[in-house]
Amino acid sequence: MYDIAQVRKDFPILDRMVNGVPLVYLDNAATSQKPASVIAALVDYYEQYNANVHRGAHTLAMEATMAYEEAREKVAAFINAPSPENVVFVRNTTEAINLVAHTWAAERVGAGDRIVTTEMEHHSNLVPWQHVARTNDAELRLMAVGADYTLDLSDLDEILSPNTRLVALTHMSNVLGTITPVKEITEAAHRVGARVLVDAAQSVPHMPVDVQEMGCDFMAFSGHKMAGPTGIGGLYISPDVIEEVEPFLRGGEMVLEVTYESATWSRPPMKFEAGTPNIADAIALGAAVDYLSGLGMEQVREHEIALTGYALERFRELEDVETYGPTDLSVRGGVVSFYMSGIHPHDISQVLDSFGVAIRAGHHCAMPLVRSKLHVPATARASFYLYNTEQEVDVLISALRQTMEYFGDADARQAR
Amino acid sequence: MQMPDRLDDLYRDIILDHYRRPRKQGLLPAPDLQSTGFNPFCGDQVVLTISLDADGRISETGFEGEGCSISQASASMLASHLGGQTIEEAEALVQTFKGVMQGDELTEEEEDALGDIVALQGVREFPIRIKCALLGWTTLQDAIADYRKTQGG
Repeated sequence: MYDIAQVRKDFPILDRMVNGVPLVYLDNAATSQKPASVIAALVDYYEQYNANVHRGAHTLAMEATMAYEEAREKVAAFINAPSPENVVFVRNTTEAINLVAHTWAAERVGAGDRIVTTEMEHHSNLVPWQHVARTNDAELRLMAVGADYTLDLSDLDEILSPNTRLVALTHMSNVLGTITPVKEITEAAHRVGARVLVDAAQSVPHMPVDVQEMGCDFMAFSGHKMAGPTGIGGLYISPDVIEEVEPFLRGGEMVLEVTYESATWSRPPMKFEAGTPNIADAIALGAAVDYLSGLGMEQVREHEIALTGYALERFRELEDVETYGPTDLSVRGGVVSFYMSGIHPHDISQVLDSFGVAIRAGHHCAMPLVRSKLHVPATARASFYLYNTEQEVDVLISALRQTMEYFGDADARQAR
Repeated sequence: MQMPDRLDDLYRDIILDHYRRPRKQGLLPAPDLQSTGFNPFCGDQVVLTISLDADGRISETGFEGEGCSISQASASMLASHLGGQTIEEAEALVQTFKGVMQGDELTEEEEDALGDIVALQGVREFPIRIKCALLGWTTLQDAIADYRKTQGG
C-alpha cells in the first residue's frame, strides 16, 4: 500500500509555505525535491568522511571510496546494468549525451552516415547530434510525432537505412509525457547495425527501467530528477559497445600508466571519470536510489498513472484549455503540458505562484516541438512525482480558474 | 480561493489594458530603424519598426510580438511613447527605464518623461519578469545601434 502521507513526511520542503500558502510543487520534470535521507547523506559525507576517492590509504579515503563505489553499485542495480563498471558518473543527462557525441559518435559516424533522433527530443538530445552531423558530414533524420503524440513508426524501416549508425531517442518526452517503445526501436536499429542511445532523464525517476531488457547501448539520466542532488547523473554503456568508447576527458584518475610521452587508460568506468569526481552527490544519489527502491518503482509508476488520469479528467472541466500528450495512460508519464487560449504561460505561472503552485512555463527546452508541432509559442506544464496528491491537482485547477477570471473571459481575450 | 493583492502591483490596469489592446500594432512597410528581440528563456518576441521624419525625429512606430502580458504591454507602451523624440532622447529613455528596473529612484523629470510607463515599476517586485519588461527596450537599443552602423556613425 502506497502511503502518500508518509511519503510526504519524507520531504522536508513540502512543509514550506510560499506566498503565505502551502507549496504545491508541480515542476518535477524540471527537478524533483529531495527526501531527508538524501540530504542527510550529503551532510554525513562532509561531516564524517570527506576525502578524495581512489587514492590514499587513510581511513577517510577508504570510506569515501567505498561509499562512492557502493553508490555506483546501487545505481547499476536500479537500472539492472550487468555490472557497475557499465555505469559512468557524469554531471547530468546533457553531459552523458555529450560524452557519447564527442567520443563514440565523433569517431564512428562517418560522412554520408545517418543519425536518427525524434521530433520530441529535449534540446540535450538534439543539439549534440546536429553538431556531430555537421562536423562529420552525416545526415540527421527525425522520427515524426503523430497526431496522437506518440512516435510515428510507420516508416521506421525506411528511416533505419543500412547507413544508420546511431538512434538517439527519449524514453519519455518532457513536454508530452509520451513513453516511447524503446525496446522495439532498439531491436529494429540493431538489425541494421545501428547503436541506440536512450535519453532516460524523465523515465528513470518515474518507472521501472531495465537496460538489459531494453537492449540499448547507451542510456543517460540525471540524479536531480530522481530525488537525488543536482550535479550528478549517469551514463550507462553496454558491454557490447564499451570497448568502442574512447575517453571523453583526460587527466588524473582515469589513467593506468603515464610517461612523459604517453598514457594508457584505466578500465571503465574510471576511464571516463577524469579528475576528482562529484563524490558527495554520487553518494547521495545512491541514497536516492535506496529511497526509490524502498517505495518500489512499480508503486511509484502506479501512483503517477492514477494522478495523471485524475489531472487529465479535471483539466477537461476547464474550457479553453488545451492539453497535449497521449490519452492512453499506459504510454504516458506524469506530465501535462497545456495551453490556455489568450493567456501566456508566463502569466499563468505567475498567477499560480501566488497560490503556491509551482509549474513550468516556456518551451521546456524543446523549442521545435512546441513551436512547429503544438503550434504555440510556449506552453505551461504541470509535472507530477511520487509525493503529489489529488488535492494538489484540485488546487491547481482552482488556481487556473482564478487565472482565467483575472485575465478576463476567453472571448474578450480572443477579441483583442 | 481569493486572488492575492500582491499580483495587482504587477498586473496594473494600464498594463493589462495595453496587453489586451496593444497600441501601434503592425510593422511599418519601410522603416528607418528595425530590430527583432527574442528572449530564448521564455520564447517572448518583439519586432520593432521606426520611421524618422526629415528632422530625424521619430514619426511613426509599429511593433509585432508574441509573449506574456508584461513583455507585450511594455513594448506597446514603449511604441506608443516614442513619437516626436530624437534618437538621443529615445536612448536616454531606455537608460531611464533600465534604471527603473534596477531599482533606481526616479527624479520628477524622469517620471514625467516616462509617463504611464511608470506603471511597470511594480515588475521590480518580481525579478524574473524584469527581462520580460525589458524586451521591447533592448530591441529598441539594438535597432538604434544598427541604424548608427548604417549611418556610418
